Amino acid sequence: MNEKNTLFVESAFKEYYFNRFDLIHVPQKASEREFGYQKFNSGMTRHLVIRNDKELRLLLMKEVPSDVYCSNAYYSFPGLPMAEKDWKGADLIFDIDAKDLGLPCRQDHTVFKCSSCGHGIIGFQPKCQQCDSTKFESVSTTCKICISESKNQVTRLVDVLTSDLGIKKEEIEVYFSGNEGFHMRVTNSDYESLGSHERADLADYIMFNGAIPESFGVPRQSNSKVSLPSTDEKGWRGRVARKLFSSKSKAPKISKDIIANGHTTFQVQLDEIKKTMGVKIDPKVTMDIHRIFRLEGSINSKSGLAKIQCTDLDSFDPFQSACLLGDDSVDILVDCPTQIRLKNKKFGPYKNEKVSMPKYAAVYMLCKGLGNIL
Amino acid sequence: MLKIGVKDLAKYPFLTEAGEYLRDTGLSLEQLGHSDWKPIVEKAYGRIVVASSGQIYNSDLDALDNDSELLSFIVAIILLKSAGMATLIKRFSLAESRRAERYLQQDLYASREKKNLELPLKIIRDIFSVNVLIDNDEFVIKIPDYVKRSVHFHEKEWKLVNRRISNGYVYLSAHETVRLIRAELGEYINTRIQSVNISSIPESFRQRVQDLVALAKKFSDTTFVSSEYPPCVKHGIEVLEKGENLPHSGRFLLATYLLSKGQTVDQIAPLFKNAPDYNERTTRYQLEHISGSSGSGTKYQCPSCEKLRSESLCFAIPDCNGIINPVQFGKKRKTS
Ligand code: SF4
Ligand SMILES: [Zn+2]
Ligand SMILES: [Zn+2]
Repeated sequence: MNEKNTLFVESAFKEYYFNRFDLIHVPQKASEREFGYQKFNSGMTRHLVIRNDKELRLLLMKEVPSDVYCSNAYYSFPGLPMAEKDWKGADLIFDIDAKDLGLPCRQDHTVFKCSSCGHGIIGFQPKCQQCDSTKFESVSTTCKICISESKNQVTRLVDVLTSDLGIKKEEIEVYFSGNEGFHMRVTNSDYESLGSHERADLADYIMFNGAIPESFGVPRQSNSKVSLPSTDEKGWRGRVARKLFSSKSKAPKISKDIIANGHTTFQVQLDEIKKTMGVKIDPKVTMDIHRIFRLEGSINSKSGLAKIQCTDLDSFDPFQSACLLGDDSVDILVDCPTQIRLKNKKFGPYKNEKVSMPKYAAVYMLCKGLGNIL
Repeated sequence: MLKIGVKDLAKYPFLTEAGEYLRDTGLSLEQLGHSDWKPIVEKAYGRIVVASSGQIYNSDLDALDNDSELLSFIVAIILLKSAGMATLIKRFSLAESRRAERYLQQDLYASREKKNLELPLKIIRDIFSVNVLIDNDEFVIKIPDYVKRSVHFHEKEWKLVNRRISNGYVYLSAHETVRLIRAELGEYINTRIQSVNISSIPESFRQRVQDLVALAKKFSDTTFVSSEYPPCVKHGIEVLEKGENLPHSGRFLLATYLLSKGQTVDQIAPLFKNAPDYNERTTRYQLEHISGSSGSGTKYQCPSCEKLRSESLCFAIPDCNGIINPVQFGKKRKTS
């Protein structure tokens, strides 16, 4: 980001951090966690100790970071280098991102921005219409469908966590990530001591990864007895059964087909079920027991939206609730070939034109690299 | 209170109650040195020899007297400690854990009907700090307790996704329950032996202690784990050392990797000794086949990292960056 844009975005962030103390809190066990932050156009500062809300606010006011992070892990000495921290446990964390869901809407609102002249277009083209350059960066924006599909994944994840893994609803916190999806945090003492390998297996469970026909009653030997799960079973066995036998009247025939088609065909069916029913979390995040994860209440510099908690997921609208920067009018030069909706107002498409818009929308454009301050 | 009888102690001689029982008999180490007790010393020695050959020492609990079963275990520990050979202690712990595992499984299985699970469940709870509950005819344990152990197994059926799960619990058979804690049982016995202190031993034990030192020398050439091995190979070796089952693809990796590093079939074969299904002849035959010195004569290559990743055998660390086959691990990369 160029200096002029940076200064403008920083001042907008500073204003937010100054005005919205009510939204900025350290998580529980704060003094046992590692904090980190980044400033615009510079590297990461890690291994910080922040004990309370006051210290956090002080840091935000002083440094005006572009992004703020906090570990999911608790340590005896969070401020020391990684090898000396003495890991004690970590919250279970999950990341659901609209760009990992394979949604058809993505191509309608992913902008290809020419790397040399900055011209943006929707849909891939071999070269820039303005300057013939063949280098592009992709800039992703987010639509209503992206959000509702991500919410769908959140709902399914909550179901697996509560009914399969025995985690209580009160132990689950759901956050809008501040850009294109949702973050979840589970604080449950039984799970906090699990290491990375163990968490990888939980992630596979959630994604329905690695299921074999034998576990669902279809043996490898065709002469052995087949015993398919029933629809009232718990866990994936029940989910698979409900998927296979969605119609009660056809159940006997479906059973017969599965038995006749055998092990290999059923493996293909399980792989299909994984694609449609497995929860699409990012396993790398869940496996990571030393991650510094975006801090709730902070602004995400990829969009200028805030990471905030969703208490009622169904009615939650991130373009309304997470859009918390000021609304005084600003003049910027925008090249945004798709329409953006923020605070129930529509912006764009703009074809490299000068526009006056509220600060929150201007920051969004700048963060996405689709405009320049005048 | 749960009453643990001498028959139980014969099965599980590593329980703390065994020491108490011995104290109650008033038998001292000095007394054990008397020639009357010679058969026990011989029995103990035999127990170690059997264990070190990778077999499980068999007791017939109905025919034999349980006192001598228990005593021979204790004398075996004294002999082992005096000989001080770590490889023997390791082999002995492993074999004894296998032996106990059999009884544990039988006890879980047999007493399920009689609703008398107190002893096996107490052992599991005390030694492994895992709470096992009973639901109808099945054993249930908490998911976190399960995954902490199951991740060390590599067969797909141990993945959580292939288990019956409900409300935070995993359902297991008696066999699976015991299988899950096998490795810890060996470690537990090992630490119990390590923690024993022996100041002096009776004169009559000396010969057998010397025999053990000589025996241990036979095994000492089998440790060739190098820190230069890639994580996937180290992991495979560890699994085998713990006496756990390594799937075929993992054994293939070890064989091809070590052969490519210039090791011979003779050097590699002993590595598989602890495998639950070890058979010297077939192991050799397979290794010779892989090395190309028998059969078709084709020498097999070490599988790629990608292949290993798809088989869940990859445990990549930063040093793995930029390589596509384990044989490249540790070689200096060209500066580009
Ligand atoms: S990256 Fe390759 S060498 Fe490293 S652990 Fe995985 S399979 Fe082994
Ligand atoms: Zn251009
Ligand atoms: Zn979309």
